[in-house]
Amino acid sequence: MAILNNRLTAEQYEQNFSDIHPPFENREAALVEANRCLFCYDAPCTKSCPTSINIPKFIKQITTDNVKGSAYTIFDANIMGGGCSKVCPVEKLCEGSCVYNFLEEPPIPIAKLQRFSTEKAIEQKWPLFQRKPSVGKKVAVIGAGPAGLSCAHVLSREGVDVTIYEKEKKGGGLMTYGIAAYKVTPQFCEDEVNFITSLGGIDIKYDQELGRNVTLAELQTNYNAVYLGIGVGVARHLEIPGEELAGVEDAIRFIYDIREKGYPSVPVGDKVAVIGLGMTAIDAATQAKRLGAKEVTIVYRRTQAEMPSTEVELNLAKLDGCHLIWLASPKEIIGENGRVTQLICNVMELGVPDTSGRRSPVETGETITLAVDMVIKAAGQIPYEELVSSNQLTNWNGKLAIDGNCATNIPGVFAGGDCVNGGKEVVDAVQAGKDGAKAILSFLVKSEK
Amino acid sequence: MADLSTNFLGIKSPNPYWLASAPPTDKKYNVLRAFEAGWGGVVWKTLGSQVKNVSSRYSAVDFNGTKMMGFNNIELISDRPLDINLREIAECVRLFPDRAMVVSLMADNSREKWHELIAQVEDTGAHGLELNFGCPHGMTERGMGAAVGQDPEIAKMVVEWVMEKATIPVITKLTPNVHSVVPTGHASVEGGTNALSLINTIQSVTGVDLDTFVPNPYVAGKSVYGGYCGPAVKPVALKMLTTIAQDPVTSQVPISGIGGVSTWKDAAEFMLLGATSVQVCTAVMKHGFRIIEDMCDGLNNWMDEKGFKTIYDFIGKSVPTITHWEDLDINYHIVANINQDKCIHCGLCYIACEDTSHQAINLTYGKPFNTYSIKEEECVGCNLCKLVCPVDDCITMVEQRKGDEYLNWKEFQRRGLPLNDH
Repeated sequence: MAILNNRLTAEQYEQNFSDIHPPFENREAALVEANRCLFCYDAPCTKSCPTSINIPKFIKQITTDNVKGSAYTIFDANIMGGGCSKVCPVEKLCEGSCVYNFLEEPPIPIAKLQRFSTEKAIEQKWPLFQRKPSVGKKVAVIGAGPAGLSCAHVLSREGVDVTIYEKEKKGGGLMTYGIAAYKVTPQFCEDEVNFITSLGGIDIKYDQELGRNVTLAELQTNYNAVYLGIGVGVARHLEIPGEELAGVEDAIRFIYDIREKGYPSVPVGDKVAVIGLGMTAIDAATQAKRLGAKEVTIVYRRTQAEMPSTEVELNLAKLDGCHLIWLASPKEIIGENGRVTQLICNVMELGVPDTSGRRSPVETGETITLAVDMVIKAAGQIPYEELVSSNQLTNWNGKLAIDGNCATNIPGVFAGGDCVNGGKEVVDAVQAGKDGAKAILSFLVKSEK
Repeated sequence: MADLSTNFLGIKSPNPYWLASAPPTDKKYNVLRAFEAGWGGVVWKTLGSQVKNVSSRYSAVDFNGTKMMGFNNIELISDRPLDINLREIAECVRLFPDRAMVVSLMADNSREKWHELIAQVEDTGAHGLELNFGCPHGMTERGMGAAVGQDPEIAKMVVEWVMEKATIPVITKLTPNVHSVVPTGHASVEGGTNALSLINTIQSVTGVDLDTFVPNPYVAGKSVYGGYCGPAVKPVALKMLTTIAQDPVTSQVPISGIGGVSTWKDAAEFMLLGATSVQVCTAVMKHGFRIIEDMCDGLNNWMDEKGFKTIYDFIGKSVPTITHWEDLDINYHIVANINQDKCIHCGLCYIACEDTSHQAINLTYGKPFNTYSIKEEECVGCNLCKLVCPVDDCITMVEQRKGDEYLNWKEFQRRGLPLNDH
């Protein structure tokens, strides 16, 4: 057993990481589905979208060949509507509430239709938005992820000059660095960021990390307001013996490397265990398999009923040949010569419901042992507790505390997205960015008086 | 098994389905294919002085992804030599003697021309003639087609010329491009026609190309009004058919119904409103002749279910049910009911009623699913909610009479009963 890179041929990588949700091949195919849409009133799909995209309207616009209008409808509500059409867990959002589900009919493929309009807009660089004349205000945004970009776009449209400070070399945040490559390609992520900034008035400064290259105090001095969209950090520690062994990986880092270094460069084990069953766990497990791991086992301490992942995502992992072990909680990682050889798990059973309402797993006293050479940790992510605390920002275990106006405890400093909610969907972060921008705009008006 | 065989003034066909005079019936090749597929008869594409056609000739109206909901053409009568047409008609009659062969005619405007043409056609062994008084484009500029059908006196004169000569049944085809088909229908019957057929196509502009700004169909930068047909015109055709079926003069002759017939259901409706045979064109131009299979089969099964042994058991059955508005029963009242178990929460009933009708539906907010219910006291029983509802039988109309007795508008006024106060 060994952890190796370069396991596959270029063709195999190409095939394994090709788009799993192919777009409509042509206009007619999109129209067949668009014409099925009933054009619901006060539509359940729209109400199930965190950014409230007027879905019946954009689909209707596809049917009338008003694709430009359709793209505007989407982007006006969600400037990352292109990326969201590829990464949203639509089965629990818009498509999950499509009324066709009541008829036991396939729901409208909303994401695919959304992709139809948005991809055209991004590819053809349609100038859908115009900035208002400059209002002479400057806002600093930390993080060019979904929350930061969405906030910046709304602000810039209103004539505010925005500077984004991004610690990475590319924008897009988790969209670019934290999602399986077969869902969104690196090229798409770059095009999407360029599409957003093509509005003008948004200057992204890369390789600029808060606390390292720039301080909150400086930003407060130099800008009229600051928006923190700093996301969350590394994977939660398992707090078990053996976690320091070579071969124990952080899922976020693993996925980041795949996006950043290219498929052949990323090493993967023969037998891989993935801890956790959220979207990130699935992305790590499936991509480990697609990089050429012989055996991938997902270990989850609860049952399918409690899993954070959607069934569609789970099926992706199953179809990729990943194994699942339910009710197993990592107890210890065993190694030889400093390298992982085994993962020992406690066998769990479900006890009484915890604060999340889910039945919490309790140990049965039995254990199981898996022979593995790589363990990928995907049991949630840790907020930047040290960073926020050192800046005197009120927080809950590192998660920033904000009021109803997206404001932190420091006047003029706002926040939103994963750094507040601890890690949700891209679409939630986009909405948080919109809310933040709205709050900042009213703050800028008030602070003038 | 019901008996679909049809006897239209002695013109016999194994079923009531004839192909209308149009491109599908302009030559032996197509007609033999149609007969092989099972069509009961054809009306051979109109013969007259040979013409020249243009390119292109057709255009269509699509609706919500359905192609050719309405269809339009600017073709003239047959552009093939008369002698070839006549020879081929004779061959088809010989090869399929059990099928109806009616030949559509549009002679130049003289008694002699009509007589000459009729004599030539009768020599083929055809079973009947159909007079084309309806073609709405091209031929009208030459004083033919609809130009004849739009003037009852001229129509009567031409029918009289025809009846002097014809020895086989004559059907006069009426144009819908008039305020009422009845005057020309009357005139034709008075002129001696043995039967009527309707409707011909309706003058139309099917659309304008938003890039070239030229309407369809496009002919070298120009277009002309065409003849509209297909499913879109069926309701207009049914109405015109009914006026002919209800008129004391025109109802004395058999009627061949035309206009958007695509399925056995359409045919049954035409027959219930007085048609003895139906003629089909657009549906075969979209799908080919094979649609005849279900048209026969479906009609047969329906007749069996209803206990009709022959088509004559139901032809005209619905004619008396179309009455005058002032004879309708004002005491009849229905209100909508939403079956909550079937409701899919699309809100279409609500927004239709709220924006455009009587504000008779309650919305109870839910995330993401709202609940909708009827305000019975506000509901006027208009059917709109039921019509927009995408689920069968989710919204039903429940009878809640305003009074036990039949009460019409005249009586309502005579009694001085109260009108709405809001």
